[in-house]
Formats: sequence, C-alpha cells, structure tokens
Amino acid sequence: MDALLFLFFALVAVGCGINLVVQTHPISSALSLIGVMGSLAVLYLLLGAEFMAMAQLIVYAGAIMVLFIFVIMLLNAGVERKKGTSMLVKALGVPALVAFLGMVSYLIQRLMPGTENVTFGAFQGGTVQAIGRKLFTEYLLPFEVTSVLILIAILGAVVLARKEI
Amino acid sequence: MPTTVPLTWYLILSAILFGLGVAGFLFRRNIITVFMSIELMLNAVNLSFISFSYKWRQVDGHIFSFFVMVVAAAEAAVGLAIILTVFKNRSTLAIDEVNSLKN
Repeated sequence: MDALLFLFFALVAVGCGINLVVQTHPISSALSLIGVMGSLAVLYLLLGAEFMAMAQLIVYAGAIMVLFIFVIMLLNAGVERKKGTSMLVKALGVPALVAFLGMVSYLIQRLMPGTENVTFGAFQGGTVQAIGRKLFTEYLLPFEVTSVLILIAILGAVVLARKEI
Repeated sequence: MPTTVPLTWYLILSAILFGLGVAGFLFRRNIITVFMSIELMLNAVNLSFISFSYKWRQVDGHIFSFFVMVVAAAEAAVGLAIILTVFKNRSTLAIDEVNSLKN
C-alpha cells in the first residue's frame, strides 16, 4: 500500500512538474504547481510529517497559490510569446537534464546504500506537540527573527504596491 | 511486489523536482512562470529535509522545512509586488523585454 501510494503520487508530482515547465499559459502552470504541492503533502504524510502536510496544504496550496492566481488574474497574463531558442538549447537541453538527473540518482543510490524502507507510522515525531515544543525551546530565536522578516516583507509589499513608484 | 519503497526514492524524486524547477527557471520567458519554478525548487528541498528527518528520527528537519515555508510566503508577497510594479512601468511580463540595464 505504501509503495502504491508513493508511486502514484510521485508520478502525479513529476507529471505536474513537467506540465508546469511545458505549458505556455501561466494559469495552467499555476494549476500544475497546485498538483505538485498536493501530492507532496501526501508524501509528507507517508514520511510521518503530519503537521508539515497540513501546513503544506494550507500555506502553499492555499495561501501562496491564491496569491499567484490573483496576480495572474490582475495582470491578465496571456500565452507566452515564443522567442527563437537556439538550436543548441533545443538539441541538448532535455538530454543534458536527463543525464544530470541520472547521475544524481546514481550518486544518491551509491552514497546511501542499504537505507531502510519507509513504512507509514514508523516515525511518530512529526506531531504538532513535538514541533511546537522544539520550535518554542530550541529554535525560539529563529522563530522570533522570522516575525521581523514577515514584518519587513509586509512593509516591502505595501511600499512596492503604492502608486508613485 | 514489495509493499514499501526505500528512502532513496524520496530523495531521487526531490532531485527530479528540483531539476524540473531549474529547467523551468532557465527556459521559461514569463516572469510569473519563472517565479513558480522557484517555488517548485523550494518544495523539492522541503521534501529532502523531511526525508532526512525520517531517516534520523529527528524533528529538526520539519522545523527547517517550516522556516523554508515561511520565507517562501514572505518571498511570494514581495516578489509578486515587484512583478506588479514591473508590469505597471513596462506593461510586459516577458523577462527578455526588461533589459534597461543591458543597454
């Protein structure tokens, strides 16, 4: 069951990722990205990260993608115009990417031999309680710095979106 | 057919998604799609963090991935505001046409 779930959602993620790169209309790319994020949330759940799976769905697939789609709607973004890509890129781009990914996969297999199999429920440490305890004791300073970062981001967005610039 | 998959498969999936993000970042010409490719790369890194968190049975990877998520949200807000400003000034979304520094 675990293998079936992994294979199905990994295929969905890769398919949606390829679709994101291939589509020319931004709204199709945005919907593909939502597919990637949703299937990644299921994979997080398989790895025992229940809080992160929910945060992925709410923050990424919910909030950030709504922002993206809102901007696409606001700017009325249409189909991307084709620019002349060089023959070298057309001929070598995809084979180079596949070769690079094959090399990385081989290296991962060689560097981590005999890793255990992932079974659902083997790691119970991803609960809200465990993450909250860690976040508010050991990682308290980074957490507080994050609030300053978000404040700066809000101010930056407000300043950039003013009329005069 | 085995009922479980090795952890390395999760890492390979993460590498594939990251590679797709890099490809989209390099090949696409629409500034919004380029930005979405960056989000795809961030997601791939998050999957890697959570896989290693599973391997060592530590929750620290989840915390890192949580911070990546927070930074991505802040980055999306500022980045989309920049895209709005660029569109207001240049009336285009193609990154090839935003080349004032080049000339």
